[in-house]
Amino acid sequence: MFDNLSNKLDKAFKILKGQGSISEINVAQTMKEIRKALISADVDFKTAKEFTATVKEKALGQEVLTTLKPGELLTKIMKDELSNLMGSEKSDLDLSSKPTIILVAGLQGSGKTTFCGKLALLLKTKFKKNPLLVACDIYRPAAINQISVLSEEVGVSVYKEEENKNPVEIANNAISFAKQNSKDVVIIDTAGRLAIDEQMMNEIGLIKDNIKPNETLFVVDAMTGQDAVNTAKSFNEKLDFNGVVLTKLDGDTRGGAALTIRSVVDKPIKFIGTSEKMDGLDVFYPDRMAGRILGMGDVISLVERAQQQFNEEDARKIQKKIAKNSFGFDDFLSQIQQVKKMGNIKDLASMIPGVGKSIKDADIDNDSFKGIESIIHSMTPEERSNPIILNGSRKKRIADGSGSNVQEINQLIKQFNQMSKMMKMMQGGGASKMMEMMKGNNMPKF
Amino acid sequence: MALFDKFKNIFSRENKSQEDKEIDKQKLDDSLNKTKSNFFDKISKKIAGKSKIDDNDLDDFEEILISSDIGVETTLKIINNLELRVKKNKYINTEDLYSILREEISNLFIQEDLEEFVIPKVNEPYVIMVVGVNGVGKTTTIGKLAYKFKSAGLKVVLGAGDTFRAAAVDQISIWADRVGVEIVKQEMGSDPASVAFDTLQSAKAKNADVVIIDTAGRLHNKINLMNELTKIKNVMHKIIPNAPHDVMLVLDASTGQNAIEQAKQFTAATKVTSLALTKLDGSAKGGVVIGISDQFNIPVRYIGVGEGIDDLQLFNSKEFVNSIFDN
Ligand SMILES: Nc1nc2c(ncn2[C@@H]2O[C@H](COP(=O)(O)OP(=O)(O)OP(=O)(O)O)[C@@H](O)[C@H]2O)c(=O)[nH]1
Ligand SMILES: Nc1nc2c(ncn2[C@@H]2O[C@H](COP(=O)(O)OP(=O)(O)OP(=O)(O)O)[C@@H](O)[C@H]2O)c(=O)[nH]1
Ligand SMILES: [Mg+2]
Ligand SMILES: [Mg+2]
Repeated sequence: MFDNLSNKLDKAFKILKGQGSISEINVAQTMKEIRKALISADVDFKTAKEFTATVKEKALGQEVLTTLKPGELLTKIMKDELSNLMGSEKSDLDLSSKPTIILVAGLQGSGKTTFCGKLALLLKTKFKKNPLLVACDIYRPAAINQISVLSEEVGVSVYKEEENKNPVEIANNAISFAKQNSKDVVIIDTAGRLAIDEQMMNEIGLIKDNIKPNETLFVVDAMTGQDAVNTAKSFNEKLDFNGVVLTKLDGDTRGGAALTIRSVVDKPIKFIGTSEKMDGLDVFYPDRMAGRILGMGDVISLVERAQQQFNEEDARKIQKKIAKNSFGFDDFLSQIQQVKKMGNIKDLASMIPGVGKSIKDADIDNDSFKGIESIIHSMTPEERSNPIILNGSRKKRIADGSGSNVQEINQLIKQFNQMSKMMKMMQGGGASKMMEMMKGNNMPKF
Repeated sequence: MALFDKFKNIFSRENKSQEDKEIDKQKLDDSLNKTKSNFFDKISKKIAGKSKIDDNDLDDFEEILISSDIGVETTLKIINNLELRVKKNKYINTEDLYSILREEISNLFIQEDLEEFVIPKVNEPYVIMVVGVNGVGKTTTIGKLAYKFKSAGLKVVLGAGDTFRAAAVDQISIWADRVGVEIVKQEMGSDPASVAFDTLQSAKAKNADVVIIDTAGRLHNKINLMNELTKIKNVMHKIIPNAPHDVMLVLDASTGQNAIEQAKQFTAATKVTSLALTKLDGSAKGGVVIGISDQFNIPVRYIGVGEGIDDLQLFNSKEFVNSIFDN
């Protein structure tokens, strides 16, 4: 059924196992699987074709380093290439103009109005701006009410003309209003429209020509399939937009549309939507998205989100412990508690490499950690703070005490080790790979 | 291995063991000789001897199916069925292949297409609960459907079960006004199960023919929200024993393979009994419903072809399949 990409790649790479270098023969077999997998992740047919061709070219003749299996090397090449295609760095909004005018466009139901609300909140709180929302959707029933409700929720004023049926006029009037009322960003919500609806596409073209926005953003649903290529092209031809907003990424879609769009219109993805709530907006990190499409687990996101939720003190304590190499199971436990507080466990848990697969079909809620918790609770304080002493007989005792088995305990210890290693890399400094990755994606400025 | 490995057997009657040996040899041949890599390249040689179908046809075929969002799994299934058919024929040409294909795809739809907007006769209001992920067109479809039923002379009551999304109650109220049907609603933020309860009660008291309950859009991986949906569903039979008679999952034609997971999870939470496919007036083909209908045994009932009140049609599997090949 719904095999995710990494499952498929695992299968694909089986073919490569045990081979010393990547040759024409083993690559050709694998590329078909990869293409299949990309298509199942909703990457456009042609994009997938081109992508595998590029990867193949890069992979051929590469010596397999002793530390990497061919499959791993190929994964790396793919991930690098994907990140490359996604754009090598994140790109911010240009807010230098006064006022900055932002035009928001896209298909019906993609999440434009919601995004406008989220963006207003972000600009207000993190950028200390004084934005104005503009209701230019004159078609959808209750569209004006919707943006009005959102504007109230985020505490940003909204410009609307209930009786006016001319969106160009409304937009123009709104900009005059913004200038008179010292609003420094104007966010214009527009009606959803189909790329093949000539009349509506002309309308949005007209709006753009009249208001000359500083930023035009194309909002697209992350679940979009093969049609992403058509819509992205058409909207780009009409609007030459500056950036893309990818919504509903809190779902479980692989989001192959992101790759399609990048490769057909070559515009950066500037924001992602991660919930229905007004704070569910995030900047886009190309290599995280690459990881998502590949299903490799979004470790960095996980850690970062976890860190956001930690209170400062906890964070400092843990940092100290990591520095002193004394990060123990008690800390692991308290991290689990933190994760539980964050809610949406499945989402978070699926970001942990290796976990994603196992929970694919399982129901995840707070109970999911029960097993882990009871194992840790069965450890002595000494074992918790100094896991190295966990030998066979101790493991057996813990297994009996927690109603698990030694295998599960080994699994947990392995995860624990990975996690502490990772956290050490992230915080301990040095020229580690992880640090490089982090530097490449500095925390957002807001 | 090639995506459509199966296909290589279509025109071949060699026995298995010999076939297996050949695969290895062929693997080598393929990877060394082929410059172009399409899903079908392995079979093209074999087909060449037995039919008038060439590489280009197969390229086209592959592209049509995949770029209609039919997906790899379903495409394989279609090819499997095709295989059985083609084995019987000796020579086929491009035209034959396409018409067989169309038939095979149509066959994957489990339903008898409806002829008109009707509801089964029941001795109580017929209750339709409408579910789906965010923004697919649930509320709009409800408005259009209410209009169809009303035009057919039925008494319709709507339930404003989305109490969460900004202005959701306003939106469906406008639709109710537009169509001229009753609506039962509560304040924003109130319990949707309670809205459903009220709606059914009112519909029963007024002897309505059809009740349509809107629900808030929700992503299928959010367990709490899916549980809420189950709860909304379960409250209904307290008033009308067999309600809801129909749980309609609305899918957006532009959605890709994720729709399969949507169907799976919504079915798990509410036992979906029909599908509506919206936004078919756009360039998206919505091919993913083929696999969904087949795999989950759910009929596709309605298609949305615009934002207007009259832009709802009965699903016609033959026309749908044709639209995949027309371009
Ligand atoms: N889960 C989730 N839901 C979202 C996200 N963004 C938007 N939504 C939901 O998607 C649905 C459609 O969002 P809208 O903002 O109304 O979309 P729109 O593009 O303005 O729609 P039209 O104006 O009708 O074209 C609503 O239910 C939103 O709550 C997101 O990032 N995550
Ligand atoms: N072109 C086109 N647009 C449609 C169709 N059906 C719905 N829409 C539009 O899609 C957008 C979302 O529709 P809604 O009915 O609000 O979707 P919903 O599923 O109720 O959304 P939420 O309640 O926010 O989850 C609106 O702009 C509708 O006008 C259709 O068949 N064709
Ligand atoms: Mg809107
Ligand atoms: Mg709705």
